[in-house]
Amino acid sequence: MTVSVRPTPRDPSSRGLLRRGARVIGVALRNAKGPFTLGLSGSVLFAAATVASSLVLGWATDEVLYPLVEAGEIDAALLALALIAIVGVALFKAVGVVGRRLGAYFAQFRLQSLYRRKVTRRYLELPLSWHRRHPTGELLSNANADVESAFFVAAPLPMALGATLLVVITAVLLIVTDAFLAAIGFSVGPLLGFANWFYQRRMRHAATVAQQARADVAEVAHESFDGALVVKTMGRENEETARFRTTTEDLRDKMIVVGRLRAFFDPVIEALPNVGILLVLLVGAYRVRDGVLTPGDLVTFAYLFRLVALPIRVFGWLLGELPRAVVGWDRVQRVLTAEGRMEHGARAPQAEGAAAVTSQQVAFYHPSTAREDLSGPAAADEVLSEQHRRGVASVSFDVDPGRTVALVGATGSGKSTVAALLVRLFDPDTGEIRLDGLDLRELRRDELSRNAAIVFQEAFLFDDTVRGNITLGGEFPDEEVVAAATLARAHDFIMELPDGYDTMVGERGATLSGGQRQRIALARALVRQPRLLVLDDATSAVDPAVESEILRGLAEADLPSTVVLVAYRQSSIALADEVLFLRDGAVAARGTHEELLVDVPAYRDLVTAYEREARSGEGRGMT
Amino acid sequence: MSPVPTAPATEDVTRPAEGAWRTVVRGVSLSPELRVGLPGTLVLALFATAGRAIVPVVIQQTLDHGITADGVNLDLVMRIVALAGLAVLLTALASGWMNYRLAAVVETALSNLRVRAFRHIHDLSMLHQAAQQRGSLVSRVTSDVDEISRFMQWGGLHLITATGQLTVATLVMFVYSWQLALVVLLTFVPFVAAARWFQRRLTRAYLTVRENVGRLLGAIAEAVVGAQVVRAYGVEARTQARLDEAIERHRSSAVRAGRLSSVFSGTGELFGALAAAGALGVGVWLGVGGEVTPGTVVAFLFLITLFVDPVLIAAEVINEGQNAVAGWRRVLDVLDIPPDVADPGDDGVDLPDGPIGVRFEHVSFRYPAPDETARNASGPLVLRDVDVTITPQSRVAVVGETGSGKTTFAKLLTRLMDPVEGRVLLAEVPIDRVRFASLRRRVVMVPQDGALFDGSIADNVRMGHPDITPEDLELAFIELGLADWVQELPDHLDTRAGERGSALSAGERQLVALARAYVANPDLLVLDEATSAVDPATEVRLQRALAGLTRGRTTVTIAHRLSTAEAADVVLVFDQGRLVQRGTHEQLVADGGVYGELHASWVRGTASEVARADRPGR
Repeated sequence: MTVSVRPTPRDPSSRGLLRRGARVIGVALRNAKGPFTLGLSGSVLFAAATVASSLVLGWATDEVLYPLVEAGEIDAALLALALIAIVGVALFKAVGVVGRRLGAYFAQFRLQSLYRRKVTRRYLELPLSWHRRHPTGELLSNANADVESAFFVAAPLPMALGATLLVVITAVLLIVTDAFLAAIGFSVGPLLGFANWFYQRRMRHAATVAQQARADVAEVAHESFDGALVVKTMGRENEETARFRTTTEDLRDKMIVVGRLRAFFDPVIEALPNVGILLVLLVGAYRVRDGVLTPGDLVTFAYLFRLVALPIRVFGWLLGELPRAVVGWDRVQRVLTAEGRMEHGARAPQAEGAAAVTSQQVAFYHPSTAREDLSGPAAADEVLSEQHRRGVASVSFDVDPGRTVALVGATGSGKSTVAALLVRLFDPDTGEIRLDGLDLRELRRDELSRNAAIVFQEAFLFDDTVRGNITLGGEFPDEEVVAAATLARAHDFIMELPDGYDTMVGERGATLSGGQRQRIALARALVRQPRLLVLDDATSAVDPAVESEILRGLAEADLPSTVVLVAYRQSSIALADEVLFLRDGAVAARGTHEELLVDVPAYRDLVTAYEREARSGEGRGMT
Repeated sequence: MSPVPTAPATEDVTRPAEGAWRTVVRGVSLSPELRVGLPGTLVLALFATAGRAIVPVVIQQTLDHGITADGVNLDLVMRIVALAGLAVLLTALASGWMNYRLAAVVETALSNLRVRAFRHIHDLSMLHQAAQQRGSLVSRVTSDVDEISRFMQWGGLHLITATGQLTVATLVMFVYSWQLALVVLLTFVPFVAAARWFQRRLTRAYLTVRENVGRLLGAIAEAVVGAQVVRAYGVEARTQARLDEAIERHRSSAVRAGRLSSVFSGTGELFGALAAAGALGVGVWLGVGGEVTPGTVVAFLFLITLFVDPVLIAAEVINEGQNAVAGWRRVLDVLDIPPDVADPGDDGVDLPDGPIGVRFEHVSFRYPAPDETARNASGPLVLRDVDVTITPQSRVAVVGETGSGKTTFAKLLTRLMDPVEGRVLLAEVPIDRVRFASLRRRVVMVPQDGALFDGSIADNVRMGHPDITPEDLELAFIELGLADWVQELPDHLDTRAGERGSALSAGERQLVALARAYVANPDLLVLDEATSAVDPATEVRLQRALAGLTRGRTTVTIAHRLSTAEAADVVLVFDQGRLVQRGTHEQLVADGGVYGELHASWVRGTASEVARADRPGR
């Protein structure tokens, strides 16, 4: 419940921001060529139409307004021509604006969706150990806010590109007119550069910490809403609100710093072009006095310079977005370049029917679950001494095809770890697990999930229909779905749901009870007819009566499966052909339930606790 | 504000959109902090605006009078440039200072809004019933508010200065020629109509965008939280397809809004030109009639740009603001749902000291469908007319099949939800009158899924008793017989539980949740299959420890273990939402009925070792 204290994210490189910003822009341009072409064309058309419109207005003033007023008579045709010309040019301008903005929007959203896809793809690829170090809230913020920040820069980009063109053309015109005056005017360029350099230096850090704070807010919100039941049952609303307030106020303070930096920068960007014009007027006046420039030239010069004033501001906006873009981009990159993915081999089990499973001296310790920021450098899985990590030290066993084996051990003895290793949710640190003699790591991608299925104790349902949760998109005929659900003793209650198999179960299956969720999860495994079925205490929330029905059903169904089940209840254990007794991270004993009851006192103590309790007559307690 | 609570879950885009202005008014009235220092900010805005309007005029004057075909008037140019320079400086200072103030005001107001919405969401039972997508709720305190902040920091500002500029330009236009000024204003009448048309559509378009952001977050959360299942079943492709769909939905709705907004800005350009054309046409006509001089018309054409620019900016800001308004509206909508399991606070009462009895009076309950709130729930009744009294200090076992209403009973008993009909009384006090501070201290429920927070085990347990000393904390684990287990943890009680307790096994999470209830020392303890994932030996140890704890307390245990029912003073049997039997174990066994069947199957289950011996050939 404490807000974890983390070191301030290090700033990998406060320098090279412009270079990195340029890289983000490069990525943006490369990935949205079409939209940017459209945007740039619109921008150019707009610039051209802007110049044209001032020419048209000038012409209309000199050739229409003055002559007609002086003549004291309206020449309707001429006036109409002038009006049509003004509106006609504006039409081009309008088309230009629409094109430019469409281009910007298309580009921005295409880039966002492209990178959201990439980032979420990585979420699905990165190992579970990575997931444990990154809270869901932070990943939500990454795919949402960070991606968005990275490509906000796309919005002013077409305008800035168009502006570049305008600046270049006017610069040439200005230099031709009076190189010295042009140099004076454009001296605001370096000033702008300096202001920007100063701004970026400060902003980079401010934006980084603000973005991390934003992720923290998302994380607390997600965690707190996800754990709403505990919050309610423990009456923790005030504490949770206080916790959320702390992170939110942290974000607030950081956003105020960001806002204030912009408060300083924006007026400077806005003022500089005006300063340029004033300089041009002042120096230009002297140049006219000295006879270097004619008054007419100066007037033209001033108008042209005003024309570039806006583009210069657009650059300011672009530069203003850069720090945030780079920060967002860096956070996105940290996910995209995160180390680690499951490597897959190229082999496939050849055998039919139930699978043979072997575990040879498997050791596995869960990597550190210490949190990791997307703002800081990526941490490798920490190497901790084994006594500081949890897992199994040396697990060896083999299961013949078609056998049912129960994994029994005290709470926390590593049963679930072994179950997870059997379906390769993790790879062993040492030793190997084989399916039909093949190391799991040699199997082709998807081959293992085609052959093995695990049912977790905590049944996770997707926001989908009952059927969708059973098939998970696989092509299974209705009869098979119904058969699996029947075997999992889920069919009857499913039929009582409003839309039967087509009932939406809500996020995480919230509309169902724990036992119902578990039975749907079981049906999900059964419909696949896995050659290896791993049940990790998969029926703990189901009524004992139903549970024994299920287990007996499984035994009688003659599944083409080898079954490894984690269980506590004697009635469940008794259905296994053999029992593996886990203790101290290793298989301490192996045999039939009856044998172990006789030979292994620790085992007997563990599994017969209820009966002894009942006999002792003191068991007047609760579940 | 609509009289009927708007369900935020109704992600219905066809409903008529509330006017953006109304939303803003509502929003501002809910965040009075936004008005802090507003006069000062407005004065600064006035300066910034005046400066912005003056500088172009000054430059124009320089060009018109200082530099003529005859040469330059250096004195005049110097004076004007100095004046303009001062104006530029003042403008920059004023707008800088204004931005500076606004940043603090806006962020403070929004931070408070976030906290308020967060707290409010916790007071809605739908949060833990999860009828609504949590991703969508998360988005209301994150990205929706971000959107308001982003808008206010640039948009609000531009809107203020644009309005000022507009006023100045209009005044100057009227000074030059009231006829021409009228022409310009009239030209913009249809533009205002067009703007309203676009704005309405944009409001809806951006609301869809915001809703799709919520959906997107839900989809991502599902993929991340369900990562294990996704891996184990090799359904990465399908999960990605679902994600891609949510991503694409968001993109296409955003593009749609962008398209509208782009076309609108094109319209703005056209109207600018129409105004210029109108001024020229009428100017020529008036000029011929001798009403105005051509010089005035020329000056006017320049003034029009000063008028059109802020109009376009304002229109743009208002349009882009629709995204923020949509976000704002989603936050306000959530705040509009009346809290259904809210703390009565100071109006409430504390539970009287001593043991707590429970009375259910004709209680019925139904869950809301995915797009309903608890108030208008229409799901099937999961609890029907339950009428029962539990005497203080009794031990009650609640049994029944999955889905019979046991857990619902427990949740109503602890006020995780309120009944649809009837009422629940604790110690003769209606439960919804009890202050949470009292309720949560005296009544504790341990849910089956011992959900934990990402903190150390000690942190999690301390939630039950915030002032507990480290020694007592350790003692609690010893009393519960869990000392050995703690000893084997890498950092003992400081071991991190991981997000949602993911660093621990399901059984271990239950141990921690139980320890939490143990140190809380409540007067009414509700256990909802709280030890279902714990190994038998540990469970028995826990039972003994808890038996000590339950002595003198009222306990309600949802159980499917025979021994629990046998040990209870009263057994309540639920079947299809109804309380069908009650009595002691012996009475109920004698009665038969639903309990008789359950009992028979338990006995069969326990006796299955015998059955095993019958299985041949293994």
